[in-house]
Amino acid sequence: MSTTDTTASGASDFAIDPASMRHLAEARVNVELDTGDMVLNLGPQHPATHGTLRLVVRLDGERVISADPVIGYMHRGYEKITEFRTYPQVTTLINRIDWLSSFANEVPFVAAAEKLMDVEAPPRAQYIRTILTELSRIATFLLFLGEMGLQVGALTPAFYGFRDREHILNLIESATGGRFHPNFNRIGGLKDDLPWGWLAECRSTMQIVFDACDTFENLVLGNEIFAARCKGIGIIPPELGAAYGVSGSNLRASGVDWDLRRDGDPYLVYSELDFKVWTHSDGDSFARYWVRLQETRESARMVLQCLDAIPAGPIMTKVPLIIKVPKGEIWAETENPLGQMGYYVVSKGGTGPFRVKIRSASFSNVSILPWLLQGVYVPDVITILASLYFILGDIDR
Amino acid sequence: MPDEPVTPEAGTPEAAPPALPDAPAPVPVSAGAEEILATLNSALGDAIIEAQPLFGDVVVRVRTDAWLRAGEVARDQLDCDYLSFISGIDWMPAPKEEGAEADGDTSTPAQPTEMTPGAAGAAGRFQVFAHVQSTTRKWGMTFKADLDENNPSVDSWVSLYPGANWHERECAEMFGFGFVGHPGLRLLFLPAAFEGHPLRKDFPLLARVVKPWPGIVNVEGMPETAAVATEEADSGDTNA
Repeated sequence: MSTTDTTASGASDFAIDPASMRHLAEARVNVELDTGDMVLNLGPQHPATHGTLRLVVRLDGERVISADPVIGYMHRGYEKITEFRTYPQVTTLINRIDWLSSFANEVPFVAAAEKLMDVEAPPRAQYIRTILTELSRIATFLLFLGEMGLQVGALTPAFYGFRDREHILNLIESATGGRFHPNFNRIGGLKDDLPWGWLAECRSTMQIVFDACDTFENLVLGNEIFAARCKGIGIIPPELGAAYGVSGSNLRASGVDWDLRRDGDPYLVYSELDFKVWTHSDGDSFARYWVRLQETRESARMVLQCLDAIPAGPIMTKVPLIIKVPKGEIWAETENPLGQMGYYVVSKGGTGPFRVKIRSASFSNVSILPWLLQGVYVPDVITILASLYFILGDIDR
Repeated sequence: MPDEPVTPEAGTPEAAPPALPDAPAPVPVSAGAEEILATLNSALGDAIIEAQPLFGDVVVRVRTDAWLRAGEVARDQLDCDYLSFISGIDWMPAPKEEGAEADGDTSTPAQPTEMTPGAAGAAGRFQVFAHVQSTTRKWGMTFKADLDENNPSVDSWVSLYPGANWHERECAEMFGFGFVGHPGLRLLFLPAAFEGHPLRKDFPLLARVVKPWPGIVNVEGMPETAAVATEEADSGDTNA
């Protein structure tokens, strides 16, 4: 981090009579009690972040006058590269957009291609996709539940978060072969069936998730200091949040009852599951933590429902060896852990897409920061950044 | 810009191009799409050039000068309080064609060689398109507008949706579009010294120019193309 002090520095002015300097100092204290603006660069490099976000904040004392996020340090140009890849190859790329919930990134793109091709994955594949999507959500949120404590100064929850997430990552790894980048979806189904004993293992792991949620509820939500640091901090009004495109848990924490798993175009098997969409009316950092905690539990319940209902059968439908997607275009969106993830895919009938617009959640979630950070104190900047919960790869794509 | 605006009719999808017989059948118009089209028709009138229901979404192409008005109608009369994205499309085919370098450069999948418009049509090369949604009515729609090829410029949506700010900055740097009324079209992702607009089709993917792709990406020419994957998964193995 570097600081630039815009106030005039008198330290090197030896020519000036010390007596007059004293007068000057007195005058400054007595007459103008304000300090000059200071421009502070938060980032771009920080050991605790995976990815680089730079925040140019102009400070008046401890208060933020204006904040300007500088993004693009991780821009990899995926929208351009997709035009040079075939459809099956694109899923490898989009794994890297939101790297904490890679599997969930694949789902809308594969759904778009499947709808254009008019093929449908078999029911068992749909169930496995749903389970893995929800496991991604749990893994992402468990990290958040721990990391949020870390950002406001409590180290312990971070250890719990990482420890419990490891169980989920092990599950994902044993099913897909990849801890972070499964690349498990195929157009028309999945790469493999689940390994033997996986369902029982998954069922017992869900109990760990419930226990972890209880731990976080007592340890973090019940903590007075945490509540004092988060309550009333970074309030997003619902209508403004929607106009900025803030989505997912961030918007639901502002009281907007909107979840694409329930309200969007039906996808996977969510219409067959019984789940509650959690909202909170406060819209502050505390509410965002609370909503994500409830959603973690809800996801674990949904996984259990899927485990009960998962049918036998094939996991891959019949598709041509060479995937050619008919001419057309489609907008496919899903409720990802970080919010609305969507792809606008334009196909010209070839083996690769003509244009893919990638709508990632964090990009829009972060775009509200210039408004949200105005007038808050410096420590609250960190609270707000942590509670919005963005992945840098999801901003920069 | 076509001379005669076509009034959209619900339930009359665009004539499917005959070139691809395996194209899926047009989706039926949902009740929500009918209401959206009716409201847009009465509010925008002949500003709508073409409209088409598409996989539960509605794609509406409006005249360029009605772009801001279309957003207003969507926000105020159709309750679309949520801005999903604003972006652009370059309909020009990429200069590199399939098989143009017949000496075996298969580094990219086949791309079309002639310009064909997408859903709801296109008058020229550039289009701006935006997706808005309603958190209360749970529906969404896509707007498109044609832009002039030499001076692509359109009204900014920042006054309607503050979130349009970043989307339009991205669109401006990636396609070179202008947004009238935008508070500051600074570069968003690209470094300050960057020249060109990367998502235009005539902008080459420089990594491929510097070093050709070593493997075969375009597998279309391979002899086994007629084969069909017959992966019959082992049924009955639920291992629960």
